[in-house]
Amino acid sequence: MFRLKEKIIRTAFLINGVLVIMILAGIFLLLVLNAMPTFKEVPWKEFLTGKNWNPSSDYNPGYGIVSMIVSTFMVTLGSLVLAVPIGIGTAAYLSDVASPKVREIAKPVVEILAGIPSVVIGFLGIVMVGPFIAKMTGTYSGLNALNGSVLLAVMALPTIVSLCEDALANVPKSFQEASLALGASHWQTLVKVKLQAASSGIIAACMLGMGRAIGETMTVLMATGNAPAFPSGFLNSVRPMTSTIAIELGEVPYFTTHYHALFAVGLVLFLITFVINMIADIVLHRYESKLR
Amino acid sequence: MKSYKKAQTKFLEQVVGFGFLRLCMLIILGILSVIFFDIISKSWGVITWEFLTQSPRNGMAEGGILPTIVGTVLITIITAIFSVPLGMGCAIYLNEYAGTGKLTRLIRISIRNLSGVPSIVYGLFGVALFVEAMHFGTCILSAGLTLGLMTLPWTITASEEALKGVPMSYREGSLALGATQWQSIRTNVLPYAIPGMLTGTILGLARAAGETAPILFTGAAFALPGLPKSLFDQFMAMPYHLYIMSTQHHAIEIVRPIAYGTALVLILVVFLMNLSAIVLRYHLRKSRQE
Amino acid sequence: MSQNFIAIDGFNFYYGQSKCLKNITLGIAPKEVTSIIGPSGCGKSTLLRCFNRMNDLIPNTRIEGTIHIDGQNIYTPDVDVVDLRRKVGMVFQRPNPFPKSIFENVAYGLRINGVKNKEFIAEKIEQGLINAGLWNEVKDRLHENALRLSGGQQQRLCVARALAIEPEVVLMDEPASALDPIATAKLEELIVELKKKYTIVIVTHNMQQAARISDITVFLMQGELIERGKTSEIFTRPTKKITEEYITGRFG
Repeated sequence: MFRLKEKIIRTAFLINGVLVIMILAGIFLLLVLNAMPTFKEVPWKEFLTGKNWNPSSDYNPGYGIVSMIVSTFMVTLGSLVLAVPIGIGTAAYLSDVASPKVREIAKPVVEILAGIPSVVIGFLGIVMVGPFIAKMTGTYSGLNALNGSVLLAVMALPTIVSLCEDALANVPKSFQEASLALGASHWQTLVKVKLQAASSGIIAACMLGMGRAIGETMTVLMATGNAPAFPSGFLNSVRPMTSTIAIELGEVPYFTTHYHALFAVGLVLFLITFVINMIADIVLHRYESKLR
Repeated sequence: MKSYKKAQTKFLEQVVGFGFLRLCMLIILGILSVIFFDIISKSWGVITWEFLTQSPRNGMAEGGILPTIVGTVLITIITAIFSVPLGMGCAIYLNEYAGTGKLTRLIRISIRNLSGVPSIVYGLFGVALFVEAMHFGTCILSAGLTLGLMTLPWTITASEEALKGVPMSYREGSLALGATQWQSIRTNVLPYAIPGMLTGTILGLARAAGETAPILFTGAAFALPGLPKSLFDQFMAMPYHLYIMSTQHHAIEIVRPIAYGTALVLILVVFLMNLSAIVLRYHLRKSRQE
Repeated sequence: MSQNFIAIDGFNFYYGQSKCLKNITLGIAPKEVTSIIGPSGCGKSTLLRCFNRMNDLIPNTRIEGTIHIDGQNIYTPDVDVVDLRRKVGMVFQRPNPFPKSIFENVAYGLRINGVKNKEFIAEKIEQGLINAGLWNEVKDRLHENALRLSGGQQQRLCVARALAIEPEVVLMDEPASALDPIATAKLEELIVELKKKYTIVIVTHNMQQAARISDITVFLMQGELIERGKTSEIFTRPTKKITEEYITGRFG
């Protein structure tokens, strides 16, 4: 056949493309393979429903991940409560209120916030947010779920702002003009027409922000106080899934049940974020095809 | 009179509403200013020439952070070597070769999901694959490759954006002259896409340089006596050093200035990378217009 | 059939579900200018882009029937599209010079064909630019970026670029639609000059242009071939009523 070289090049790029699928599959597979041995020692049910996580204990080891899942969702939901209104508000400000000049300055500012490494945000949780919370609430250290929520909100904000702004920008101008022509004020148009038309995009943005927050490691590791017990409130120290892996994998001997159980936690984390991202993807996709 | 009143409430509503939106923006500005003010004011005295060029001394309570800077640079280089060619290749496949079939959809879904995988899970994957299965051990190579995997979806997305920016007429023009597809891509698409590809890639690498979770177990070390000598040595890194100095050190309050200094240097490195990407984009855009 | 350089036979073209070209049968004679006219959306550009298989780049398309160029069916699997396109040059609707120097634009076709000899390339470039009537205007600034040329010059550069690899057929897809009247006049002169050496097929929405430059005119409507004939006859005594209505400007 002619043009063998072209075919070889094409195939090489194809393999390169398929590699991405293989990496995702590989991550899943290696997590499963390394997690499986856990369940020779620990029953599935205990792992998924137990509240006691204490793998290093000699006489009463516990492998229940409920406490850390609850911690993860608690910190994440707390962060969304803070970040979603501010994020949507800022996006609406940038798209509808700000003058082009202000927008040109404000957008890079949001990007700068996105560029701050998570470990720096975590550090600020220890030196700034923690003492502040401690002073306001009279608790001892201020390293608790609330602190984690505040920091995660800061980390999720740039994602939410920029994606919501995209969603608002994608609303056809004709919607807005129609509403203004009917005598609605700019504000009414924004709230009743634009935000509603962009709602799927905004929901997707919040879900992606949530996915980010659930998987975020360093900030929660540094700022939530690391108490593996079942959380009882936002002013208690907690230990989400990511922190548990980060703290314990460094200390555990390889190929013990504890080691494998950490991979099992990673697998659960992977699946949770996978599902959230897929839902966001579907919402976004449906939204885009609706606009077309 | 009635309708006048209605208009007035409408107006008031808008003033209050827009006021809330402005407040949201101000909160973000406030957060950013507080962060920068705190870090810069508390680290300004710490950053000296010695801080940047010396190793830690006296149980890391004195001295500089040179090995952490070197380590971060080294793993970022490995990350770039791994993820830049693969990312560009995948983008070229998707934008230039792939059709709209099922395989393409599957690749795109995979990319979106890879960019959503938590960084700590990349860390676990790095341990299982590079440290254990491939027997690299905990070292620069393992950590760099782990970060490379994490960066890959960003590199692909940035590269594809750049390819999309090359007008279709460049491709059609060269194909109509009897160029093969690869000739057309190599001579008439890539030269105009590479600046954009590089810009996006540098932004991704800047993010990778600031990451901690993926290198926690793949090679970053608490403290090392000297600089790494090979790819199979452990290393110190700025983000990990900041983590250690703020949570694990035995005299946390005493080493706090060092932690602040490390935080500022880390932020500066990340921002310098971002800035260089932006400057690069600006210059290449200008030179193309001439 | 033997006097036809391009022979289209029972040709259908589908874009997704919709049929854009319906059972086209048409012969195109060598070393003549054939113009394809018709209202916008009639499929004239699509037909033109089938002659060098540029439509292969568009996903979700398929064809039925045959097109023979110089006796060879160009839609059989053993045809190398790259070779085909070297033989069948194309000039696009909008001038699309590459953002390279004038010299490199014309040299592009030669370089990708593996020509390395510098003198040969320089000679071919001069010849191509002379053929395209551009040489006198650009000979002192061959290494300037082609994007600095005027629109008309850019389009003639694209002609020179196509001619440099010595094709047998030159396809032109509304080549003057983005040009001013003076540049258009120059391009038309050039086209008439070029038919001494090349078989030219031009798609145009400008009927005066078709009347001025072409030997044969083909009228297409809604994907169907309505009429083909000598230009002088089509424009004076069209056989179909609908052709007459179109060329007298009653619609379209």
